[in-house]
Amino acid sequence: MSPDTQDAQGSKGTIRVLQLYPRDMNIYGDWGNALVLKQRIGWHGYTPELLEYNVGDDFPDGVDLIVGGGGQDSGQLVIQDDLQSRAGVLTELAEDGAPMLVICGLYQLFGRFFKTRSGSVIPGIGILDVETHGTEERLIGNVKVATAEFGEVLGYENHSGQTTLGDGVRPLGTVAKGTGNNSSDGQEGARYKNIVASYLHGSLLPKNPAIADFLIRTAAERKFGAFVPGSPDDGYAVLAREHAARRPR
Amino acid sequence: MLYISVPLGKLVRRVSRLRGGGSALPGLVVEKIDPGFMQRTLATLPHGVAVVSGTNGKTTTTKMVVELLESQGLKVFTNRTGSNFTRGVAAALLGEVDWRGRLTADVAVLELDEAHAVHFVNRVPPRYSLLLNVLRDQLDRFGEIDKTAQLLQHIAAKTTGTVVLNREDPRVARIADTLTGQDVQYFGLDDSLLSTFPNDDDMRAAPGSPAPAALPHKPPADVVLRKVGPDTADFEYDGATVTTAMKLRGVYNIFNAAAALTLARSICGGGAATADHATLLTALSQVEPAFGRGESLTVDGQPLDLVLVKNPSGFRLGLKSFPAGGYATMIAINDNYADGRDMSWLWDVEFDSLREGGVDQLTGSRAYDMALRLQYDDVRIGAVQPDITPALAAFIRDAKGKPKRIFCTYTAMLAIRRELSKITTVEVVS
Ligand SMILES: [Zn+2]
Repeated sequence: MSPDTQDAQGSKGTIRVLQLYPRDMNIYGDWGNALVLKQRIGWHGYTPELLEYNVGDDFPDGVDLIVGGGGQDSGQLVIQDDLQSRAGVLTELAEDGAPMLVICGLYQLFGRFFKTRSGSVIPGIGILDVETHGTEERLIGNVKVATAEFGEVLGYENHSGQTTLGDGVRPLGTVAKGTGNNSSDGQEGARYKNIVASYLHGSLLPKNPAIADFLIRTAAERKFGAFVPGSPDDGYAVLAREHAARRPR
Repeated sequence: MLYISVPLGKLVRRVSRLRGGGSALPGLVVEKIDPGFMQRTLATLPHGVAVVSGTNGKTTTTKMVVELLESQGLKVFTNRTGSNFTRGVAAALLGEVDWRGRLTADVAVLELDEAHAVHFVNRVPPRYSLLLNVLRDQLDRFGEIDKTAQLLQHIAAKTTGTVVLNREDPRVARIADTLTGQDVQYFGLDDSLLSTFPNDDDMRAAPGSPAPAALPHKPPADVVLRKVGPDTADFEYDGATVTTAMKLRGVYNIFNAAAALTLARSICGGGAATADHATLLTALSQVEPAFGRGESLTVDGQPLDLVLVKNPSGFRLGLKSFPAGGYATMIAINDNYADGRDMSWLWDVEFDSLREGGVDQLTGSRAYDMALRLQYDDVRIGAVQPDITPALAAFIRDAKGKPKRIFCTYTAMLAIRRELSKITTVEVVS
């Protein structure tokens, strides 16, 4: 790192991470994703600022990175109106290339709609060209995904909504173990601009630091014009990946 | 049928015991040839059936209720958790009934797993139910927390007499709103102890953000846990507070003692009616933790605590109830089916309390997931060894002269107990 990229405290600059609806959409360890971003931003020599946005809050300015999780059906109902009211600012950020990670429930609601088993339709905000249909079947278990961008991605899925991708997005990868987006096409997750959308909990980022660093790098480049990485110690992540990859479904 | 099913079942039970088999086969046989056996037998009990359910603490609480009722002179039929609940109960009943199928007990107290709850209460409506809590547990098997709450509600709805509810868990307390015919009793916690019971709903809420909606007005509770000392607890009931010695450790175990006391008071006649409170309290003070629930063994002249952790709330309660100071710590995380395969839950636990002393040894099939988790909480890690046998040996060797504590998932605990039984006395649990 060169001296001119450091501020007085020796930081390369502040990266503001916004957690979307952590109160209502935060299940199966989704907090782990926010924690990993916070710590790795620090390990790369930047200063993390972790913000929360919940129903009814003012939407903060200067957000560099967005992370959102899954929720129960009740959580999705609680946030749906508020999310619609924030569709504008979120779409603007997404189209402008802000990095975002949306898992499970918020992946679904970033799409066009979620049609429940009973036939009612929860509108999404349509940033992602995907649609989701509730099913009787619950897709549960360890997942391995082959991706071009991030290598092998490991995680754990737990969802009954099945998502199909439209032409406007590409899949995150191809499922090597598990189910992924739906029980028919063998694909998992979605990629659009700098959004990574996935069904994988686990939490996703701790065992997939390549995705965490992609989000951080993108945020830094967008804000500072360049990303100067540090050298986080990923020894445990490598071993945790090796062991996780061998576990049964 | 009536006359041959019991002798036949008992015979199968004897044979399968001789062959070292499990307990489910005789239950299966009797269920197959006499499907009404369980209901019919349980229906003869003068005090009926009491079920204990909820995500955390069922085993210890069931044990407490049994010991409390026995202190009142009741003969209690109870179950050990098994792989198939109904079959397990049927098999246990076979062991207890005489050759003509008569059960000589006053009351049955059954630990009811959420997975088997609906099936069981539809067949055998309980006279009493005790619903402890709804916490994030085994989500990979049951889907969602709200669904667990619905299961407990179903148990309550099927209960014919008294439903005992946790006043401090909104999802449980609110079940009362859905009940019409049943008598409802609560067990509760002093406000000063509430903070030691993090609720899943506010698990990740920011400081200062609104707490989840509790009941607008706390209903009066039959028994309230007021205070927890090092080896005592204060319970309030019938308008007075009494202090009693406790062998149980950990605030959440002692809160479950309030739950057990409430149920025992209901079964023994409620209020001050017929229960003998002096003997109830004596029994309560002598309850030992159930298998693996904070039990303490002795290794090399030093205590070794086994703390079972199987979900985020249980792990957080364990860390709060058993402070790390002065202890060598090991964590054993397996992801076998009985533990739950999903490791996401480790990220819902905060490990800051282990930062000062660090963790000396990590083990289990997901030892490296645990290491990664601790790394992100800036907790120092001693050694990581997925294989439990050498890990335990190294832990005991390196922590010589220090009290030790092992936080472990269910199957890791079984493995650790097996190893420990080679060097110290461990209660044998079949
Ligand atoms: Zn999910």
